[in-house]
Amino acid sequence: MIEERFDAIVVGAGMAGNAAALTMAKRGMKVLQLERGEYPGSKNVQGAILYADMMEKLIPEFRGEAPLERHLVEQRFWMMDDRSHVGMHYRSDDFNEERPNRYTIIRAQFDKWFSSKVREAGATVLCETTVTELVRDDRERIVGVRTDRRDGEIHADVVVLAEGVNGLLGTRAGLRSRPKPDNVALAVKEMHFLPRETIEARFNLKGDEGVVIEAAGTISRGMTGMGFIYANKECISLGIGCLVADFQRTAQTPYGMLDHFKQHPSVAPLIAGSEVKEYAAHLIPEGGYKAIPQLYGEGWVVVGDAAQLNNAIHREGSNLAMTSGRIAAEAIAQVKSRREPMTATNLSLYKKMLDESFVIKDLKKYKDMPMLMHTHSQNFFLTYPQLISKALQNFVRVDGTPKVEKEKATLKSFVKARSWTGLFGDACRFTRAWR
Amino acid sequence: MNVEPTVRVEDKLYYNRYLVDVGRPHVTVRAHTTPSPQLLALLSACPARCYELNDNGQVEITVDGCIECGTCRVIAEPTGDIKWSYPRGGYGVLFKFG
Repeated sequence: MIEERFDAIVVGAGMAGNAAALTMAKRGMKVLQLERGEYPGSKNVQGAILYADMMEKLIPEFRGEAPLERHLVEQRFWMMDDRSHVGMHYRSDDFNEERPNRYTIIRAQFDKWFSSKVREAGATVLCETTVTELVRDDRERIVGVRTDRRDGEIHADVVVLAEGVNGLLGTRAGLRSRPKPDNVALAVKEMHFLPRETIEARFNLKGDEGVVIEAAGTISRGMTGMGFIYANKECISLGIGCLVADFQRTAQTPYGMLDHFKQHPSVAPLIAGSEVKEYAAHLIPEGGYKAIPQLYGEGWVVVGDAAQLNNAIHREGSNLAMTSGRIAAEAIAQVKSRREPMTATNLSLYKKMLDESFVIKDLKKYKDMPMLMHTHSQNFFLTYPQLISKALQNFVRVDGTPKVEKEKATLKSFVKARSWTGLFGDACRFTRAWR
Repeated sequence: MNVEPTVRVEDKLYYNRYLVDVGRPHVTVRAHTTPSPQLLALLSACPARCYELNDNGQVEITVDGCIECGTCRVIAEPTGDIKWSYPRGGYGVLFKFG
C-alpha cells in the first residue's frame, strides 16, 4: 500500500479529470491523478473542438502555449441525402479576433500539454495505472482506490471519478448504472492527412482559420446519428456516430457507415488523396438531462462524460467536462477550507453549483430532445432530409415547369410522406422539445 | 446501398499502435453453445470487428485490435454474455491523435 495519504484522488486524465486536478492543486491541495494510458491523452478520443471560454477559466494563457490547430471562423450544417446536401453555413470575420472562441484540437497532443500544466500546479500524475476498484471503509464511505500496480491501495479524503463515458468504477461500486444502448452513441473517426495548403484551398481558409461541418441525414440510414468533418492544420478529422441501440437493432456496421459517408459526393472531394493515419472509436453520452446519474456521495463525486454531461444538440461535451471538473474541485476545496469532512451532505455543494451553471441549465433546456430524436429517427434522419433535398432541387432546377406547379408538387410530397397531422405533430413536438 | 463487403477493418486497425497484453485479454466471452441476440449483435456493432463466429456457430473474441470504446460492454455485459475490464495500465490501444 502507498502509505502517503492524499486530499483527493482523480481517476482519469481527460478534460474533466485535468480540470479537477488542476483546480484542486492550484488551491494547494495534495492531489494524485491516475491515468491508465502510457501518457495523458493516449486513451482519449474526441472530434475535437475546444471551447476557449471554459479553457480560459482554467488556464488564462492557454492560447500562447497549448497545441491548437485552427480557430473556427465558419460552421457548416449539412442535411444530406444520398446525392446532395442542403447547407446552412455561418462564416464571419468577427471570429478572426484576438481571443478566438473555438479551436479545433488533436486530443492526444492537447491533453499531454494540459496534463503538464496539472503537474506544474503541483499534482502528482501517475500514468500506466488502471484503477480497478474503489475502496470503502466499514461505514460504506469511499476512502480510496485500488489499482493494478502491486500493493496498489491508495487513500484520500475524496475520489473524483473522471473515468469517462465507459467508466467501470462507478458502476462496479453501484454508484450509477451502466450506460444503456439508447443513451450512448458510438462514433468512429479517421484522421486524414493532407498538405496544409490543400486543406486551406478546399475549405476556403487562410492562415490558421478553421471550419467544421456537422452533418445529418440519410448518412445514418434512418438511425439517430451525425457525421462530422473538422479541419485541422495538416489533417481532417472525419467521423460518424449513431446510437448504440440503433446499431444493435439494424446490424449496420460502424465502419460501413463511415466509408459510405466518405464516399458521399459532397464529402469525397474534401478528403481526396489523403493519407489516413488513425482509426478510433468512442462512445458519446446522448441521454441528456434525464440520464444524469447521482453526482456525489460519501467521499466521491463524478464529473464529465462519466456523469453523462454532454449536450448532444450543440455537440458540446468537452466544455461540460471541463466545467464540471472545475466546479467539483471548487466545491471540494470549499469543503476542505472549512475543515469539514467529505460527506455526501457537504459534497452536495458540487451539485448545487453545477445546477446554477450553464451545464445543467443547457441540458435541462433540451431534456426532451434525446427521446424525440430517438423515437422519430426515421422522420428526422431519413424522410425530412430526402424531402428537403427534393424541394430545393425542384426550386433551383429550371425546366420550364411553372413555379406554381413546382410548389404544389413540393407541398404534395411533404403531405404524402408525413400527412398533414404528421407534419403538424412533428413541428409541435420539435418546437416543444427545443424551447 | 450496402458497402460493407468492401470495407476491411483490418486495414483500418493497421494504422493504429497497440501494446498487446499477451495472454491477458481484457474482454472475455462466456462459454456458450448458441449465442444470444446480444452476442450476435456484436458481430456487426464492434467497430474493430473483434467478434467473429467460429465454425461451430459460437461467438469468439480476439481483443488485439480492440479500440476500447465500450460498445460491447453496453450491449452484452448486462446479460452476462461478456466480461469487460480496461486493459492493465499502459497496455491496449495507444492513440497518437485521439
